[in-house]
Amino acid sequence: MTIHRSPTGPNSAHTSSAVILEARGLGHSYNDRAVLSPMDFTVFEGEFVCIVGPSGVGKTTLLRCLAALQPSTSGAVYVRSERVTQPTAGVALVFQDYSRSLMPWSSVLANVALPLRAAGSSRASARTDALRALALVGLDDVAAGMYPWQLSGGMQQRVAIARALASRPTLLLMDEPFASVDAYTRADLEDLMQRLQRELSLTVLLVTHDIDEAVYLSDRVIALNGRPAHVADIVSVDLGSRRDQLTTKGMPEFAELRARVHGLIRGSRGTTS
Amino acid sequence: MRTRRSEWLTVVALEAWLPVVLVVAWWFGSASSTSVYFPPLSSILGSFAHDWLNSAGLASNLLPSLELLGLGFGVALASGVVMGTVLGLTPALERASRPLLEILRAIPGVALLPIFIVLFGIDQEMKVLLIAFGSFWPILLNTVDGVRGVEPLLFEVAEVFRFGRIRRLLSVVFPGASPQIFAGARTALSISLIILVVSETVGGNGGIGYFLLAAQRNFAISSMWGAIVALGILGYLLNIAFRLIERVILRWHRLQQTRLGSEK
Repeated sequence: MTIHRSPTGPNSAHTSSAVILEARGLGHSYNDRAVLSPMDFTVFEGEFVCIVGPSGVGKTTLLRCLAALQPSTSGAVYVRSERVTQPTAGVALVFQDYSRSLMPWSSVLANVALPLRAAGSSRASARTDALRALALVGLDDVAAGMYPWQLSGGMQQRVAIARALASRPTLLLMDEPFASVDAYTRADLEDLMQRLQRELSLTVLLVTHDIDEAVYLSDRVIALNGRPAHVADIVSVDLGSRRDQLTTKGMPEFAELRARVHGLIRGSRGTTS
Repeated sequence: MRTRRSEWLTVVALEAWLPVVLVVAWWFGSASSTSVYFPPLSSILGSFAHDWLNSAGLASNLLPSLELLGLGFGVALASGVVMGTVLGLTPALERASRPLLEILRAIPGVALLPIFIVLFGIDQEMKVLLIAFGSFWPILLNTVDGVRGVEPLLFEVAEVFRFGRIRRLLSVVFPGASPQIFAGARTALSISLIILVVSETVGGNGGIGYFLLAAQRNFAISSMWGAIVALGILGYLLNIAFRLIERVILRWHRLQQTRLGSEK
């Protein structure tokens, strides 16, 4: 096997970076039925990490535990070395279902401004920051004044991303964010995330069932498999920091990584952790 | 695309012709009536103008009623929304109280008039409480359903973005439940009008119900019919006012429903 195991850290580009998120022995069971076997992984500052696994493997449960939306039954989550037991200020989440996660009674602008208001910003500065966040994801003042459901699916997910980014989170969690949009929109949104991560030095942990997406976006891919799910392996992706849909996905290294991750989640168990 | 104006004209043409025909038929059909109980429409309208279309008439006959209605409905709205929200957010409490609520709301408000007279006398306080009691139930039960029906994911959004309790209520719970709260309030409004008239037939505070009964007892039959006309107009205007408020507050909901409808 030629998989780069990285038990102590990510690829060389990040070895000097601070630890943002750490899962220690994090596991979950529903009524004694184990869903996630205890797992350990770390996300470093400025990293884009994808957790990939087949549908039903427990990815959403894992992300909900990381976001502290539900308590894990074993282990613990640390954000910047602080143990997290309830949603914390530096962590934002983009939900899969944009059509249900945006307030239909509020304008796009109000939706994005709401978390800022909740964090104590004045009305005026929340508005300014919300408009700036919307501009980052490519939405103008006209879109800001509309209701979210008046926009296309891709645009709505952009609103959800802007809402999560508006408060400049330390860590951005994303739960299958592009699973409900068409392929073209998905590619657009993937590239949007690439650009945002680069420009804002974001730290992103994204959950997906799509191997191509995981490899395309990530610095490292955490591959889950089995029942209960465990970390099959963590794969470093050295495809450079500038990627694009056509050339990157056409690279032989891309195909190789893709096949490797595919093998891992299909259960031809590589090195298990 | 038709303009708003021509749409409005179409509505008038489609909806207004029947009332006009009926009123004209009533006018001419009753013109030569000599019956004591069914006076000509011209004399009913004469009494209506005399009793209602001047400041003295409005002050003694309408204002007391509006005050009772406003207070009673207001108390019902405030307490119904508050208690409905508490129950809607506390499933165990809601489940435990559901049978009791279903029994209480099945009691017609006006049936409690004798008890309320014994408990609270025959003054304004009793009337306000009776109106409030009768119109409380639809608001309460609709608020409970509305709050329980709020998209659960939005509560998670509120959690992730750490909304405080007040912000969660104002930005998630109330807007989410508002379409149902309005549906309950509309039912409550018509109930409160019924209880208003019945409650005003006791005691002597003036108001439409009092005027109606007094006119009947004094054999002022045209005035009695005039009061019925006034009551119909009052109910109609209240409904229009209610719809205007609803149009503004539930604008998002109306537009969204229209959009969903057109996509089907």
